[in-house]
Order: sequence, then C-alpha cells, then structure tokens
Amino acid sequence: MSTEGVNVTRRRFLLASTTVVGAVGTGFIAYPFVASMQPSAKTQAAGAPVEVDISKIEPGQLLIVEWRGKPVWIVRRTEESLKGLKEQSLLDRLRDADSNESEQPDYAKNEYRAINSEYLVVIGICTHLGCSPSYIKKDDTHNLPGWWMGGFFCPCHGSFFDLAGRVFKGVPAPLNLVIPKHAFFANGTKVMIGVDPEGGAT
Amino acid sequence: MMKLWNASIGWIDDRFPLTTMWDEHLAKYYAPKNFNVWYYFGSLALMVLVIQMITGIMLTTNYKPDAAQAFASVEYIMRDVDWGWLIRYLHSTGASFFFIMVYLHMFRAMLYGSYRKPRELIWVIGMLIYFALMAEAFLGYLLPWGQMSYWGAQVIISLFTAIPVLGEPLALWVRGDYVISDVTLNRFFAYHVVSVPIILLALVVVHLLALHAVGSNNPDGIEIKKNKGDDGIPLDGIPFHPYYTVKDIVGVAFFLFIFAAIIFYAPDFFGFFLEHSNFIPADPLKTPEHIAPLWFFAPFYAILRAVPDKLGGVIAMFASVWIWFLLPWLDRSPAKSIRYKPFIFKFALFLFTIAFLVLCYLGLQTVDPVRTMIARIASGIYFAFFVLMPFYSTWGTCKTEPERVTS
Repeated sequence: MSTEGVNVTRRRFLLASTTVVGAVGTGFIAYPFVASMQPSAKTQAAGAPVEVDISKIEPGQLLIVEWRGKPVWIVRRTEESLKGLKEQSLLDRLRDADSNESEQPDYAKNEYRAINSEYLVVIGICTHLGCSPSYIKKDDTHNLPGWWMGGFFCPCHGSFFDLAGRVFKGVPAPLNLVIPKHAFFANGTKVMIGVDPEGGAT
Repeated sequence: MMKLWNASIGWIDDRFPLTTMWDEHLAKYYAPKNFNVWYYFGSLALMVLVIQMITGIMLTTNYKPDAAQAFASVEYIMRDVDWGWLIRYLHSTGASFFFIMVYLHMFRAMLYGSYRKPRELIWVIGMLIYFALMAEAFLGYLLPWGQMSYWGAQVIISLFTAIPVLGEPLALWVRGDYVISDVTLNRFFAYHVVSVPIILLALVVVHLLALHAVGSNNPDGIEIKKNKGDDGIPLDGIPFHPYYTVKDIVGVAFFLFIFAAIIFYAPDFFGFFLEHSNFIPADPLKTPEHIAPLWFFAPFYAILRAVPDKLGGVIAMFASVWIWFLLPWLDRSPAKSIRYKPFIFKFALFLFTIAFLVLCYLGLQTVDPVRTMIARIASGIYFAFFVLMPFYSTWGTCKTEPERVTS
C-alpha cells in the first residue's frame, strides 16, 4: 500500500474506528440469532405444576409422573428402609449424606430428603449425564454390592443412589438426585409437584 | 464433432479455468505409482458422502421433524413409500460405512506417516472433517426419535453440564428446552440437513486442495517430488486420471458388493448399525436398560465411563478426540513410513490399535468392575500412545529410506 502523501495516523484511526463500529454492529445482529435458540415463551410456560394422587401407592412401590417433561418419582418407603437410611454403615458410603451440595428445597434438606418421611418425591434424572435410573429394591436380583438396601441404579454409567436419592461414593454422578418443589394436601393423599408448601395446605 | 467439443471447451476456458482445474486435480495431478490397498479409503469416503447426500435429500421428502410424528414418519418411509426402505437403509448403513472408511483412512495416515511435514494441515483439516462427521452422525441419530435416539442425545448434551457455571445454561441453549423435546428435534433436523453438510462439503474441498498443493504421500513415506524428470514431472508419479480413477473404480465395485450385502441381508448389522432399542418410540420417562452409543463413538464413550468423576470423565473424553490433532507434532521419528520405523513404533501402534478396538467393544457393553478395570488400562494405553510418542518415536534406529519408491 502506498503511504506517500498520506496521513498515516488518520488512516490508522479510520481503520480502527471502522473495525470497532463494524464489530459492534456484528455483535448487535448476532444477539438475536443466539437468543432465538433459548427456550421460547411457549416452552417456558409448559412448566405448570402437576397434581398426583398418592393414596393408592403400596409400601415399597414407585410411581412415575411427568413434570416439565421429566420423570418424577414418588416412592412410598417402608419402615425398614427408613431405618436403613440412618445406619452409619450406609452414611459412610455416601458422598454427601447431609445434602449440602445437592439441589433440594430447604424443607426437604433432612435425613430423609422429604417433607413426609414416608414419601420420597424426587426427579428421576441422574445427576451425571441425564439418564433415568432404575428402581432396584433390596430383594430384586441385581449386580450391586451385597450390602445393597434398595435404591436407584443408573444403567448408563453405573451410578447408584440410596432410597433418599443420595449418591454413593466412587460412582460418576457428582450430586444427589434433585428434589423438586412439592407440597402435600388433601390430608396427605395428594401431592402437588412444582409448588412450595406455603401455597397449599399440608 | 471433436471440433465442436474443442470449441465449446475453449469458449468455457476463456471464461472459467475448466481445463486448468481438470489438469491440476486429475489429468496432470501426479500421484506416487506405489499406492496400495490402503489408498482406496479416501475416495471411498468421498463416494459414501455422495450416497449420504442423495439418500438424505430423498429421506427429507417424507420425514417429519416433529416429536409427535417423527417415529411414525420413519416407519412410513420403511413400509409405505416405494423403495423407501432401501433409501433409508442406504442412509443408515452409509453412516456406519462412512466411519469405517474414515477410520481406515486415518489408520493409513498413521501407518505411512501421511500427517508428517509438509502434510500437517491436510491432517488437521481431515480431523475437522472427522469432527463434523461426528456432529452430523450425532444430530442425525436423534431424528428417528427412538429410545436410543432420545437417551443418547440426552447423555451427550448433558456432557456440557459438567462445565462449571456455564454448563447448565449452555445445555439449555443447545436443547432449547429443559429436556430433549420437539424443539430439540426440530433444530437438530435443521443442523443435520443444512448447517453441518455445508461445513462438511467445504472442508472436503479444502482437504483436497491442500492435498493437491502438497502432493500425496505413499507407502514408502518419501517425497516423489525430489526426483523429477527433465519435464518437471516426478519420475515416480503417474497422472491421477486415468490411472487412479480406474483403480478406484475397482475399489468402488468391491465396496459396493459388501455394502449391498449388508443392506439386503443385515441392514441393522446385528444391532451395531441400527440399535434394537431404537425400534421403540422415545419415552422421556424411561431409560432403556442398556444404553449404548453407536459403535463409532464407543471408544470415546468407554473412556468417559472409565473415569469415576463427572468433569474428569468429560475432560478425558474430549481430550481423547482432540489429542489426534497433535499427531503431526508428536511423531519425531526420522522415517515417515512404518516400513522404515524401528520395532518400538510398530509395537506402540499395534498396542494402540488393540486398545482402540477393546475400548470400542467395552463402550457397547454394560458396566461391571472387571470391564471398568480393563477400560482404564486400555484408556491408559490410548493416551500413552500419544503422550509418550515424542520420546519413543526417537528410540531405535530406522532402516534407510530408499531414494525411489519401491514397488
């Protein structure tokens, strides 16, 4: 490029300012394209709470319902399994027995990870890579260790969780299963998933 | 007649470099005369690409990218569209064959040092093609909306969530929903059919341009351009057309025999090309008992599972793919071709190949402690092959490379 009789400083300034203005403009037009890939208004609105009748669940049984496109499990735990959740030998095997790292409402941050200890309400999505684990009871045939007291096993990458959705040590899943907001009503025969208890009578 | 032909070509040549391009890339592109059977897979991969484009366009004419209709529309193609089953099986089998061709093509490069100077960029562009191909295969696998489509996509997109802070919003942005849904299917269709194929085609053109600028390597790993005749043509070079075009047609014929046999007699290839669980419609509430990736992703998946930590596993998996890029700079052996490299390199490549195949097998199996242990050992060998290459590639003495190519 010829620089004869040229104000080089001015040329540089013009080059730099044009580049900056151009870059800003590119940024402005890029935003709508990037933002259009976010969940749409319709998608966001699809997250309405779900009401479930739990009066017919037998002890030990698991009920799967869909909330926000995800499986939510409602497990009616037996007396025996509730006792098992407090055993020291189990707690020693857990990565986060007190649920300090995991996601749950404050009212479910306890040793049973539940409002009503009998019913576990938990999102059935593994915290590793999003598979839905299988419910494996103590007496089911399984390839899990001999001390297995019932819980959830993820077939994808071999993570397992106890009956409170707490993750064991030495498996790929980093966190306990997520407890969604939920509230019991109608004398504890129904549960509403997606709302806090303040919203409805318990 | 010939006069009219020449006049027409002349008319075009005055306006577009047709003859120049023909000569540069075919009639006067001098390739080494000692190509062996390993040199079929590049052109075969190109042919599979063409098969995929044609069958893919045909499939879009009947497929519906809608979660409520996708599964049924694929079955409609299989049962009710005339020859729809053939076009669909050509496409699904073609996907697996694309990877077989590409893996063999890459192995050829490793055997004969085709990635070495001055062909580093050809290798890097080739790796980008491989990446685009993996993206294309992953996006396409969601479209039939079967159980494996759904849960496979769920697992792969969840890989992003291992990234601290940014991971969760990124996964949400990619899915466009809180879970894999109709929204995700719709956009994956767009990427699979438009975005990635354009990138793939462009990269293939760049790959060939780079190859034709530098010239092809050969099984002896020596440069034919070092020995040129008085006419400036490499003494060991022969014009690509007609010599190698004709040779490649033989490869094509052989390829099509096998390709057709699988399409007609084992189109799902015992669950390897089309997984059994994918004949069940997607169910967001239930993960199949045994979830496995397609075979061509299995080695990387096995590495992911071998690490008992979420972020660590994801890092190891991505590293296992990215590390291939560095190959041209890791190999410091004085000889390019395996023919003249010492035993230690042959042994390393042999071990690596075994580890790769073992990981491929393990990635398709369920997890148990023994398999996890084997996967960890194989992953160790896999990474050691690359990481230690700067050292072991300089050990031992190479045989003397010949001046001219051997027949």
